[in-house]
Parts: sequence; structure tokens; C-alpha cells
Amino acid sequence: MRPSGNHPSASSDDRLTDDWPSSDLIGSDRSGLPPAGDEGDVNAVLAVLQEVPDPEVPVVSVVELGIVRDITWLDGRLVVNVTPTYSGCPATEVIEQHIHEALVAAGYADPLIQRRLSPAWTTDWLTDAGRENLRAYGIAPPVGSASKRSLTGQSDPVVPCPLCGSNATERVSEFGSTACKALYRCRDCLEPFDYFKCL
Amino acid sequence: MQNMAQKKQPPLIDYLLRLGDNALVLGQRHAQLCGKAPALEEELALMNVGLDLFGQARNWLGYVSELLAAELMASELVADKIDADHLAFRRDAQDFRNLLLVEQPNGDFADIMGRQFLFDAWHVHLLDGLTHASDPRIAEVAAKSLKEATYHLRRSSEWVIRLGDGTEESHTRMQRALDNLWQFTGELLQGDEIDQAMLEAGIAPDLETVATRWKATVEEVLEEATLERPSYDAWMYTGGKVGHHTEHLGFLLAEMQYLPRAYPDATVW
Repeated sequence: MRPSGNHPSASSDDRLTDDWPSSDLIGSDRSGLPPAGDEGDVNAVLAVLQEVPDPEVPVVSVVELGIVRDITWLDGRLVVNVTPTYSGCPATEVIEQHIHEALVAAGYADPLIQRRLSPAWTTDWLTDAGRENLRAYGIAPPVGSASKRSLTGQSDPVVPCPLCGSNATERVSEFGSTACKALYRCRDCLEPFDYFKCL
Repeated sequence: MQNMAQKKQPPLIDYLLRLGDNALVLGQRHAQLCGKAPALEEELALMNVGLDLFGQARNWLGYVSELLAAELMASELVADKIDADHLAFRRDAQDFRNLLLVEQPNGDFADIMGRQFLFDAWHVHLLDGLTHASDPRIAEVAAKSLKEATYHLRRSSEWVIRLGDGTEESHTRMQRALDNLWQFTGELLQGDEIDQAMLEAGIAPDLETVATRWKATVEEVLEEATLERPSYDAWMYTGGKVGHHTEHLGFLLAEMQYLPRAYPDATVW
């Protein structure tokens, strides 16, 4: 069960240049997490991982964050493939360790946690529940889908304030408290807030 | 570890070191700004860009260390443990393959953003080409890095424009930074036998294509920034790609490598 195709054709908007379609720049897979293999077993593992929070944004689980990419068994041994959000995300090792600990505690013997880079993580894999949890926590969830246009700033979305709901917001900095966020402020309630930006 | 400059190594190793060292050295320049940026928001941004670059460096150097370990095993040499940290902290300046541009000192904010912009504009187009590398490991690291580099370019472009098309003072400083950094851009665009070998192996894109795109990006941003572009025919410093560095790299490495060299077997810091 891996997100489909390594190099799907990108739409013209999604291309960085005409003759170098950067397919992996855009998450080709918008469907989240299609399970494979024995569905019951996979769901049991997912239920365990649903309880493993992201260490930096603890209201979102690793499943809701969309970084659990693959659950399989190799000669009876559970193998979980996890993808990092950003190359330098300092939480990568901690997350892998937490996943390992949670699975061992749930009775899975010696689970293998593998890091997978491709296809590169995209905020499009954040689940709806994850987005709502972010908003309730005071972090504005990604608006729209990840594309070359959103990365280059050609289509900056309106980011509603997660505190008062106003659309009168402005970006203060391209980066916030972590690499995955940008810093915004609300012109109505005057509060600053983090925006989980599209990637 | 042996001095790698002394022996001929496969072009793939050299090429991956260039990619990894560019990210590592520029990331370290960012780390040096911790606690010193002009504003909190900019500090957060500089640190996060640096963190992205460190992550990319780890991905590239991790691959190099695996290739080196396999080679040492094949030649039946007894190898020290080689990993990405080992490559980052145990090599000397002449073994680094980064561009001269990324090792230039931080200077003022115009110097910092100018250096970042000139690098990002090149990095994005290079990485885009590398996503089609015949080596799938390289393609996937490039694809991951490209997303980050694209966002970095957006930010550094905005700053070059804001400073260039800003006040008289900011314009003067941005132009000065550009004029100073320009002499290090030659080796971004000029290929050598390693670039050629990687092109023929189906790994790297044609550097001439990257150069054309870099120029287009630079010209577009500088025009909006009301900055004067120095000549492409200006005299250029070169040598970073083959280990001939400016004096600045040694000082940067001395600071970065001091602790792991002083306590080489420490497992807890």
C-alpha cells in the first residue's frame, strides 16, 4: 500500500518548468492512507498509531499528520514506513521512537520502523480530523492544496484567523515556530498565530 | 579518515559531497545567526531555513557514507565507522566540495539575503533537474529538497526586492552585497569533468540549462528590486568544487567541528 505512482504527470500549474515536470513537488496522492494487506490487522495498527501524537503539535496524531505511509508485514514482522515532514525536522527520530514504543506496548514484537522519503510528504495528506484539531488548538490549518503556486507565493490563500475567524489576516514571516508553519497576525483580534502552510 | 583530496575518488562521491557540503556549510552560516538576527521573525526564518539545509545535508552525506563504507569494505581496508556526522565533523577544509558562495561570511542582512538568493535561484533549478536522476536515491532526496528550496527562494527573492526597492540605505547595501557576492557565482554555472560525468551518467542535469534558468530568475528579481546586475563576464573566483576554498571556510569548520573533534567518542552531549 504505497501512495500511487512515483512520477505521475503533473498539471501545467504544478510544473516548476516546462520541460522538467517536478512531479514530486506536488503530492500526487490526495487520498490519504489506502490500506492494503489484511485490512483488519492494518486497522489495529492504525488504532495504536492514532494515539501517538506529533511531539511538536500534540493535538495531531502521526496518522492525522499523514506521515504514516505504509503498514506491512515481512516474515511476520510488522513494518511501518514513516516519511519526514521536512528534511531537517528535528522530531523525526523522536516520532519514530514513539511509534516503536507504542507498538511494543500494544504487543507487537520488534516492529521495524523505516524512513521513506519518496513520495515527499505534502500537507494534502493531513486528515480532516487533523485539520480541525489544529484549528481548535489555535493553529490555522493549510488552506487549499499544495502546489508549486502555493510554494512560490503566486497564489497566497486567505488564511482565516483560528481564534476569531476573521479573514483580515496578514503574513508576518514565511516561518513560524517550526519549519512547517508561517507566522501570521489577525488585523481584527490583533492576535498573532501560526499557519500550517501548504507544502 | 584519510585526506580524501589526496586520492582520486569516484565522481559520484565528489558530486554528492558538493550537494551535501553546500547545504551543510550554508546551514552552519545560518546557525551562526542564532540570537543575532535583526528581528525575532527573521531569526525564526533563518533558523528554519538552516534546519532544512542541515536535513538535506544529512540526506546527501548519509548516502555518501554508505557508498564510502561499501567501497572500503570492497577494498578490504579496515574502516572507521563512517556516517554523515563523520563526514561533517572529521573532514578538513580541502576535503569540502561546497561552492565558495555559501561559505562567505554573514555580514549585514543584505549580505545574508543576497547570498541566500543567489544560491536558492541556482539550487532550485539544479534540484529540479536532479529529480530525474537515474539513481532513485538521488531523485528522492532532490524531490524532498526541492520543495524546501522553492520556499526558500520565495523568501530570499522577497527580501532582495524589499531591500533593493526600499530606502536609499537598504538599496545601497543590497547593491553592495550583490557586487561583492557576484564574483563567487561563476562556479555555479561553469561545469567541470565531474559535472560532465554526472550528466553522462544520467544523474545531473546539463549545467548550461541550469545556468540559463538561474540567469532568468536572477534577472527577473533584480529588475524588480531596481538593482544593477553585475556582468556575467566579470572575473570570477573558482575552486570550491575541487576543495580550494577561501579563508572563511577554515574558521567556520573550526567552530563547527571543535566539540566532536575534542570529544570524538562522546555519545551524550
